[in-house]
Parts: sequence; structure tokens; C-alpha cells
Amino acid sequence: MNLARRTLIGIPYLWLVLLFLVPFGIIFKISLSDIALAIPPYTPTLDLSEGLSGIREFIAGLDWENYIFLTEDDLYWRAYLSSLRIALISTVLALLVGFPIAYGMANASPEWRPTLMMLVILPFWTSFLIRVYAWIGILSNEGFLNQFLLWTGLISDPLQIMNTSTAVYIGIVYTYLPFMILPIYATLERLDGSLLEAAEDLGCSRASAFWLVTIPLSKSGVIAGCFLVFIPALGEFVIPSLLGGSSTLMIGKVLWEEFFSNRDWPVASAVAIILLLILVIPIILFQKNQEKQAEAET
Amino acid sequence: MRRFTWFNATSLTLGFAFLYIPMIILVIYSFNSSRLVTVWAGFSTRWYGELLRDEAFLDAAWVTLRVAFISSTIATILGTMAAYVLVRGGKFMGRTLFSGMIYAPLVMPEVITGLSLLLLFISIGLDRGVFTIILAHTTFSMCYVSVVVSSRLVSFDRSVEEAALDLGCTPFDAFRSVTLPIIAPAVVSGWLLAFTLSLDDLVIASFTAGPSATTLPIKIFSSVRLGVSPEINALSTILIALVTIGVVTASLVSKQRITRAKRDEQMAEQAAA
Repeated sequence: MNLARRTLIGIPYLWLVLLFLVPFGIIFKISLSDIALAIPPYTPTLDLSEGLSGIREFIAGLDWENYIFLTEDDLYWRAYLSSLRIALISTVLALLVGFPIAYGMANASPEWRPTLMMLVILPFWTSFLIRVYAWIGILSNEGFLNQFLLWTGLISDPLQIMNTSTAVYIGIVYTYLPFMILPIYATLERLDGSLLEAAEDLGCSRASAFWLVTIPLSKSGVIAGCFLVFIPALGEFVIPSLLGGSSTLMIGKVLWEEFFSNRDWPVASAVAIILLLILVIPIILFQKNQEKQAEAET
Repeated sequence: MRRFTWFNATSLTLGFAFLYIPMIILVIYSFNSSRLVTVWAGFSTRWYGELLRDEAFLDAAWVTLRVAFISSTIATILGTMAAYVLVRGGKFMGRTLFSGMIYAPLVMPEVITGLSLLLLFISIGLDRGVFTIILAHTTFSMCYVSVVVSSRLVSFDRSVEEAALDLGCTPFDAFRSVTLPIIAPAVVSGWLLAFTLSLDDLVIASFTAGPSATTLPIKIFSSVRLGVSPEINALSTILIALVTIGVVTASLVSKQRITRAKRDEQMAEQAAA
């Protein structure tokens, strides 16, 4: 192996090890230590300068206290469960909203498709924070939605949507919609129209051709889209803290508050480690789906 | 057999209305003269004036641009190297770990990435500020760059590179004069993606910024928490306008390139015939 190749591999490798892998080791280490009134606010710290005896001392002082604390305080349980529920419901909603859009795009005339594609991508490039912010003015009690509904006479009192989980669902569906639309569109666009013709020639109705041909063939795009919404939604912080108010529990927000408000770094680290463990399953499933798709293409 | 039915038309109309109405409302109400954001009181550009006089916002914008520019440039270099290693590097020790580290940050919740980097900076005693935000942003955006660039590297014909090597190019010359021009569009879009991600990031910046540096998203977030304000609407409008100009230009350029490529192909075919 020559020097140039070594440098080429070495630089990005070293960067990621130092700034991605090592930090995880540190999170794990701190999740095992105790909170203390000090700077940094935890103890014991692993002191490598003392060599083996430092490591031994660290291991002797080990306990899983913070993890046990997480199981005992039902705040954390409820936060994990409610994050899972919110992420799951939002994913289903995003699929219900996104699929028809992707389907409409795939069936639009070819001259229109690049423009439609651009219209889907444009919000994705626009600041995430601003897109969430836009909904505050719409959903609040004196917001545009309530003004509109009161004006039409459908309701007589303003609806309380802001600071509920409904607002969080809307926020997640809105901000992650492009991630749902694009993979589904990619599979639908490649779909061979003659298969649908064949199904109809063989006596399928349009609806059953859709169920028996289009849906199964777009499965990998649907799965990819669902994971692309579900995975980031699970650890979401901005949406629940701006739209969900204090009544919506999500683990990303709990972690943030544990760290910034309570300054309990060990517990915040333990919360992060458990969240990672929960995420490993969907990430592996997503990876499998992508590999299968790549194989099917070659 | 493409069908453009009423169903498709309705779903597209409703879908795009859902995507765009919130942003349109935001833009319209940035020209509202009242401080109450949800009550229209007449047209005014007052909030743009106040925004441009707001030192704190301008400082934050300047920090954000600097961070985004530097971090996306470093991320593009590192990400392109990483992509090249992944696609062309062959086998080397720890390759699985390497590709894992490239893909993991893409799905990592921001709160975890932010927390882990903060804990790193504190344990090595690095003062938090602009420099640490740049390090953090470079780390996660180089992964996006490398995914974008490697998809381009995978799809192009390797024999062109090999031809250059056979004709006596050094590997570096071959990369510079053959590979780089071919992957250039992907490198540019990788840079743009990294730049936007950095401009956009609130969570990781909040963890790694420390008290001395404030980026625009951090500033927006702290003022939005206090409620809706017309200045934020004005700022959002400016940002939306910039992104729209950028995306529309990019898609026009790529459309032009495709048309030109098609024309060249046709001409080449005619010449051959």
C-alpha cells in the first residue's frame, strides 16, 4: 500500500473516528458515572494518566444506576413510548398524504415531472425551523385555521390544536413529507405501465389492478419512505418543543431538558444510549430494504 | 400507459397546497404592519427595516454564513475522499467500520450527535465557539457529501479512468483530469447540501456552540419560543426567497445541460451517419 492511498483513506477515517466514534465512547462512559456538583458535572471520570489503576478504579466504581433510574421513573418510560407512538402515527399519516402525491406525480405528463419534482424538493431546502414556525401562526388559538373555521361557522369556539400531539403530527408530516414522496415516486416512475394493461386485459378492474400490481411493486419505495420519516421523527426535538407544548412527551425533548435544564449529564447520556438501542432495529431493517432494492436493480 | 385522472389532479393540488400554503401565509404576513402576526393591518416593509437594524440578528447571520461556508468546504473535501475510498478503494482494514461511520450519522438523531460531540469537546478541554460548531457540522455533513458523490462514482464508466492510467497518467493526474470533471456536478450538489444543512441546523449547533457563539437558527429558536414575531416572518421570507432562487436556477441549469447533452448526442449520431 503506497503513501498516497494511505493518506487518502487515513484522513477521512481518522476524522470520523475522532469526531464520531470516540464521542460515542464518551457518552457511554458518562452514562455509567454519577452526577456531581462539579465541572464537568459527573464523577468518577476515567483518568487514563493513572494507567491501569485508573481504569481499575473506574471499573470498580461502575454501576448501572442511571439505567436503573430510567426504568424506575415512569417519565422516561412514558417518553419513549409516546415518542414511538407519535413517530408511528406520523409515519402512517405521511404515507397516506404522500402516496397520492407521488402517484399523481408519476402519472403526470413527462414534461411536467421535473417541475413537480422541483416543487417537492424546494421545501426540503428551506429551513426546517422556518417550516415548523409557519405552523405556529396557523394552529394557535387565534391562528389562521381557527379564524377560517370560525368564519365558515363550522365551529363556534376556537379549537385547541396548538400544544397538543395533533400539532406535532401535523408538524412531522409537513416537514418530512418530501422524504416520503421521493422514494415512492422513484419506484412508481419506474413501474412498467404494460403490467397494468396486462392486468386489465386479464379482467382486473382498475382498482384491483392498483392493489395487485401498483402497490406490491411500489413496496420498496413505501418501506424506504416510512423509515426515512420514522427514524428521524423518533428523536425529533424541534417539532415537539415548538408545537407540542408541555403536554407532549418526546424523548428528544426529555434528553434536551435533562441536559440543559437539569444539567444531569449522566442521565442524559443514558437516555441517549437507550434511544440508540431502540433505533438500531429500524435502521437495520431499513438497510436490509435498501440492499434488497439495490439487488433487484442489478 | 399514463393516466392523468381527476384523482391525480386533486391529490397533486391538495398535496402542493398543503406544502406551500403555510409558507405563503408566512411570506404575506411578513408585510403586515401590525405587531400581531395573525391580524392583517395593512402593507408595510417595517419589519424588514427593523430586522436589518437588529445587530444581534446580523451578527448571528454572519456567524452562520461563516460556519456554513467553512464547514461545507472541508466536508466536501473529506466527503469526496471518503466516497472515492469507499467506491474505488478496494479492500482495506476496517472498511466495514468506515462505511458504517459514513452511513450512521445520516440516521442518527441530532440530539445524540450534538450531545456526544459536546461531551467530547468538554472532555478534551476545547473551548466551545465557532470552531467547535465548524468541527461538528463538518462531521455530519461530510457523510451526506460522501453519499451524494459515491452514487455518482458508482454509476460512471470506470474504463475511462483505466484508459488514462494506461496512457501514462499518475493516479492523481487521472483523478484530476478524468474523474473529477465527471463527478463535479455531484461534488457541487454535495457542497450545496452541506451548506444548507449547516445553515439549517439548530440542535447540533445549540449543543456545540457554547455561550460565546450564536447562530441564526439558535437566535430564531429562542425568539420563536417567546411567540410569533413579525421580524421572524421577514427573516423567513428572505431565506425562502434565497432558497427559491437557488433551487430554480439549479433546476434550469440542469435542464439546459440535459438538453445540450441530448443535442450533442444527436449531432454525434448524425456525424457518424
